[in-house]
Amino acid sequence: MLTVEERQEIEAEFSRYPNKRAVSIDALKIIQRRRGWVSDESLRDLGELLDMTPDELDGVATFYNLVFRKPVGRHVVLVCDSVSCWIMGYEKLCQRLTSQLGANLGGTTSDGRFTVLPVVCLGACDHAPTLMVDNDLHRDVDPEKLDELLDRYK
Amino acid sequence: MEKPLTKNIPRDGDGPLMLEAYEKAGGYQAVRKALKIAPADITTLVKTSGLRGRGGAGFPTGMKWSFVPMGSDAPHPKYLVANADEMEPGTFKDRLLLEGDPHQLIEGMIIAAYAIQADIGYIFLRAEYTVAAQRLRKAIVEAYENHSLGKNILGSGYSLEMYLHVSAGRYMCGEETGLLNALEGKRANPRSKPPFPQVSGLWGKPTIVQNVETLCNLPHIVNKGADWFKGLSHGTDGGTKLYGVSGKLKRPGLWELPMGTTVGEILEEHAGGMRDGVKLRGFLPGGASTDFLTAQHLDVRMDFDQVQKAGSRLGTGTMVVLDDHTCPVGMVWNLEHFFAQESCGWCTPCWSGLNWAEKILRAMEAGRGQPGDLEKLEFQTKFNAPGHTFCALAPGAMEPLQSALKYFRDDFEQHIREHRCPWR
Repeated sequence: MLTVEERQEIEAEFSRYPNKRAVSIDALKIIQRRRGWVSDESLRDLGELLDMTPDELDGVATFYNLVFRKPVGRHVVLVCDSVSCWIMGYEKLCQRLTSQLGANLGGTTSDGRFTVLPVVCLGACDHAPTLMVDNDLHRDVDPEKLDELLDRYK
Repeated sequence: MEKPLTKNIPRDGDGPLMLEAYEKAGGYQAVRKALKIAPADITTLVKTSGLRGRGGAGFPTGMKWSFVPMGSDAPHPKYLVANADEMEPGTFKDRLLLEGDPHQLIEGMIIAAYAIQADIGYIFLRAEYTVAAQRLRKAIVEAYENHSLGKNILGSGYSLEMYLHVSAGRYMCGEETGLLNALEGKRANPRSKPPFPQVSGLWGKPTIVQNVETLCNLPHIVNKGADWFKGLSHGTDGGTKLYGVSGKLKRPGLWELPMGTTVGEILEEHAGGMRDGVKLRGFLPGGASTDFLTAQHLDVRMDFDQVQKAGSRLGTGTMVVLDDHTCPVGMVWNLEHFFAQESCGWCTPCWSGLNWAEKILRAMEAGRGQPGDLEKLEFQTKFNAPGHTFCALAPGAMEPLQSALKYFRDDFEQHIREHRCPWR
């Protein structure tokens, strides 16, 4: 069941587009922001609200890299694996990150604190290597100082 | 040297330029002026200015607008979309404009929308630009309060609604027709053309999609005229350009310079040259989907025609530099990995070909290259050439590959011969 707040927030988007289905991406993100991810049940409930079948909606959900169809940790680390960051030390950074957290790319730490995902170019290439944690961009990331960086996210 | 696009952008840490400061710097005067000019005359002005699209393709902006049906028979609503889905690897120019001077974009959008008599404007923003999203949301609210948006803008009789759409991440959304599908709440597969979006775009209505940097030029063209704009440039394309450099240089960064500034000036004077101990081997002039150029191209002027003459494309104007301590095969593998992953899977040459190319390169980099691999890669560059695919993603993906095979062939052969990457 969608909550009253979720439903209201999604319905508030309707006025910005000529039909309901156009809201699907915004709606998936609203659910994800409140629940962390988009479950099969959420897809069914959302489909009803948007006059879409769960399969149609899943086709949209699975197309976009930042819609999560599996549960994620409390914080999501997006580490840029595109060309400028690769030149400036992505492989070393990624190795440090995954071994320090004990989670591979795509995985979640056993305490549920972090999920680590690769992401395409974050558009801060003059400060490579870069990564994001939740909504925060971190530039010129020093693999030796990952501890400090991650410590801010409990 | 004039820097119209960036002159008002506060330095790091000073916070964004919001409405009060923007107006103090002359903001929204161009909208006042434009609303007193006939829409067709704005289009003519932009045509005369020589402004070409800054998203990568370089299509003449005024000409694009001239394809939109006008007059009382024209279908409505018409749409204007700002493409702020900056996801081309190596590109970080629109971020500066979005975060630093959001009202400049909104003012540019109002002018473009008025010229084509659009009813609704969308800003299509990539999800990871969280700071830009906050500032754009605030700026749109401010512009409504200021009567620069909404019904009967500044008493002119012209009305425009504007919304921010934050995407959920996929490179394909930056492709014009993929973006339209994404805005309609669908998978961002490309559409076949014709019909072109100018005639049948969002929900089948006339739609113009323009890159952020393109739109940000418009207030200045309206304020100061076409001749002034042409005079900013060193070449035939009008205006300034945001040029960026990333890689192992002393001062990687982003600068607004006259369109047509040489590669050498950007790399040496602005980016400070290569770091000590490394040498330049090559560079992608305008993002991941442009052909490599090399040290012999330092005199090339960075504008659309000159870079094309040198065998590449200006693209986004943000260079990625390959140094002599970085493996060219590894770099191309990284690029093809990106394109293979971001392919939408809609047409066969792209989903099949890019994945094939990526696998060959991955194997080569891991020491499992085989005789015949280079021929297979060369086949892919032809199989995915322009005209074989629905959109420009696969042909773009082939540009760095085909040029790497030309300029760095010895490195590929060494990988195969020695069954290893010499840089690992």
